[in-house]
Amino acid sequence: MTSDKHILVALVANKPGVLNRVASLFRRRGFNIESITVGHTEKEGISRMTIVVNGDPATVEQVRKQLDKVIDVVKVHDITQDSVVDRELALIKVKTTSTNRSEIIQIVDIFRANIVDVAADSLIVEVTGDEDKLNSLFRLLSSFGIREIARTGRLAMTRGVPPG
Amino acid sequence: MKLTGAQIICESFAKEGVEVIFGFPGGSLLPFYDTLPQYPQLRHILVRHEQGAAHAADGYARASGRAGVCCATSGPGATNLVTGIANAYLDSSPVIALTGQVARPFIGKDAFQEIDITGITLPITKHNYVVMSAAEMAGVIKEAFHIATTGRPGPVLIDVPRDVFVEEAEYHYPARVDLPGYKPVIRGHSAQIKKAARLINESRRPVIISGRGVVISRAYEELRELAEKAQIPVITTLLGISSFPENHMLSLGMLGMHGMAHANKAVNEADLVIAVGMRFDDRATAKVSAFAPKARIIHVDIDPAEIGKNVRVDVPIVGDARDVLRDLNKEVVTLSRVEWISQMDEWRGCHMAAAIRDGEDLIPQYVIHSICEVTQGNSIIVTGVGQHQMWSAQCFCYKKPNTLISSGGLGTMGFELPAAIGAKVGCPDETVWCVAGDGGFQMTIQELATITQERTAVKIAIINNGYLGMVRQWQELFYGRRYVATPLSSPDFVKIAEAYGIAAVRVRTRLEVVPAIQKAMEHDGPFLIDFVVEPEENVYPMVPPGAALADLIEAPRTQLVAPGSDRVSE
Ligand SMILES: Cc1cc2nc3c(=O)[nH]c(=O)nc-3n(C[C@H](O)[C@H](O)[C@H](O)COP(=O)(O)OP(=O)(O)OC[C@H]3O[C@@H](n4cnc5c(N)ncnc54)[C@H](O)[C@@H]3O)c2cc1C
Ligand SMILES: Cc1ncc(C[n+]2csc(CCOP(=O)(O)OP(=O)(O)O)c2C)c(N)n1
Ligand SMILES: [Mg+2]
Repeated sequence: MTSDKHILVALVANKPGVLNRVASLFRRRGFNIESITVGHTEKEGISRMTIVVNGDPATVEQVRKQLDKVIDVVKVHDITQDSVVDRELALIKVKTTSTNRSEIIQIVDIFRANIVDVAADSLIVEVTGDEDKLNSLFRLLSSFGIREIARTGRLAMTRGVPPG
Repeated sequence: MKLTGAQIICESFAKEGVEVIFGFPGGSLLPFYDTLPQYPQLRHILVRHEQGAAHAADGYARASGRAGVCCATSGPGATNLVTGIANAYLDSSPVIALTGQVARPFIGKDAFQEIDITGITLPITKHNYVVMSAAEMAGVIKEAFHIATTGRPGPVLIDVPRDVFVEEAEYHYPARVDLPGYKPVIRGHSAQIKKAARLINESRRPVIISGRGVVISRAYEELRELAEKAQIPVITTLLGISSFPENHMLSLGMLGMHGMAHANKAVNEADLVIAVGMRFDDRATAKVSAFAPKARIIHVDIDPAEIGKNVRVDVPIVGDARDVLRDLNKEVVTLSRVEWISQMDEWRGCHMAAAIRDGEDLIPQYVIHSICEVTQGNSIIVTGVGQHQMWSAQCFCYKKPNTLISSGGLGTMGFELPAAIGAKVGCPDETVWCVAGDGGFQMTIQELATITQERTAVKIAIINNGYLGMVRQWQELFYGRRYVATPLSSPDFVKIAEAYGIAAVRVRTRLEVVPAIQKAMEHDGPFLIDFVVEPEENVYPMVPPGAALADLIEAPRTQLVAPGSDRVSE
């Protein structure tokens, strides 16, 4: 069967240990998480997890059902097939010299990224976008030497009417 | 009304109809124990090891259908519960475990007897809680009972810091729970039910596989109606035993690794499997890729995650077995299926479960069969794990609903004695026979003292084969008969029983079996029989590990009984 990336959105009760419950479930059942992000939502007491998992459709369906069984998980949607906006933010610390700095700045501009810190021999680029965009930027910047990368993991939202 | 945390627990337990708590005290539970005498309606049963408390609560829950409650102190008390909680989790048993915890200011400091029991039990509970203030207590208990007993039942652990037991709060027991993330589906989807009915009506060789979910939802009548109306043979899993009367014309008994040959054969030949409240455990299906190769599968289960987990399903129906079967019965047409049923009769030879080999030697099958004869099937059988468990499944004819209590998913040796105590406490008017292995019995033997102290009239049959028999059988068949670490010396169980103040006899021959069982039945109070049986008897049929249901090993010819046995393959 085909192993594919799936994006699951879980609305969870904002209770102590809920992240632990979800993480423990993934570990125990041997599900492969690529990234998981958590944050507050518009509803008080409800947080939103965006989980990117790898697996064939049957495995991902099991992930979804097992997640749904966690008492503190209110709802889970697999939004992979939906039309979604998905974004990730990354901070990239790039090595610089006086001679290549302007070249880097050009690349950053093309990607509509920002330079948020400048030091004598490095600068920090902040970029937001989908996975392809981030990967292209990493590739281009790696020729200058990347010191550090911090990524948030993916966030995703269905366009138009939210999932019921 | 202001109450302490401990009082709130007791009030709430009483509201939930709790009548007994199996427990063992300790420092962090002292304030709770000190409160108990104010609530005489809550009987406390002191076990001798916390594992026993959890198994007893589990046995109580399975026998009575109500939540079983156990408690243990922080640290070692709590960790001693773990096996029992895991056992309840794998067999979907509604157990409430209350644990003491170190006082709030000490949490996270590796204080004396501090252990993260909610962390430890995260993967083996349906849900768990740490109650960080007395004000939350009533709500937590309400939720805990609701979660444990509804949907797919399961254990819930409540961890209470010592100082929360004494903290005061306004007591108000909530009328309902507010759990937006927990809404078990009870009614089956009508379109799915129609689809299932169509498959059933069109099927020529259908079988029902009934599991523990049928027992949990008490869907006995509905199951029987479906089987009779549409003339469908009924097979059960180990834990589904007693969901359908085994003396019924349509009963085929258990399937699986040690299932009846004709049951396995029927699954193999069926064109439709109607699986109700069972989860396609690998012991039941054997090699899953070769399971029911000719059949379409209808799967009725209350837990959506069980559907499609182990086998492909053609018609999934999420819902309570009883509700779904009731709806399904309306759509199913009356049929006779003469050909299929007579095929079944042919496979089955005669119409009874495993036949017992004739002879002088005391074989375990004869013991189980005799318990059935003497009690006329009117007994709850509680087993340990191993060969004696399989013989208990095969050689007792279960006619009454919910009369077999056995550790299936975790397969916990030592379950038998404490679970039998729980079952007897839960059903004091029923006869309870604990069928124990000589190995497993020694794992929780200390609960004999609980029996004595509480005057629990459990009848105990030790199947004393001098081996960790099930493991020995595997060594015999698959490891060149090298019996490493399976020969077992045991104390004199009769003397042991007597030392605990329990009447006991030893039985070495067939002739003594029935009289001993009768004596046990007539004896007012607990009674133990040490059955010294044939040491190297094996459980057959057997599907070797990795093989398909169809490829089972029958008993060697020398062991086969006269016509009427469940012999199938030539
Ligand atoms: C030594 C040994 C040998 C064994 N050999 C065999 C064997 O040969 N054959 C065999 O079958 N087993 C055998 N077992 C037991 C096996 O491991 C499993 O425990 C057993 O098969 C599970 O049966 P089950 O699926 O009916 O019950 P459970 O595992 O208890 O599953 C119950 C199912 O019912 C569902 N359910 C719960 N409530 C409801 C409801 N109200 N409505 C609808 N559905 C509900 C649950 O969601 C779950 O899916 C053996 C065990 C041991 C220890
Ligand atoms: C706690 C535990 N430890 C080990 C096992 C592995 N095991 C399964 S059956 C068995 C033998 C059980 O021996 P006994 O209780 O004498 O029963 P018998 O098979 O002889 O009837 C063992 C060791 C187990 N199921 N549970
Ligand atoms: Mg033994």
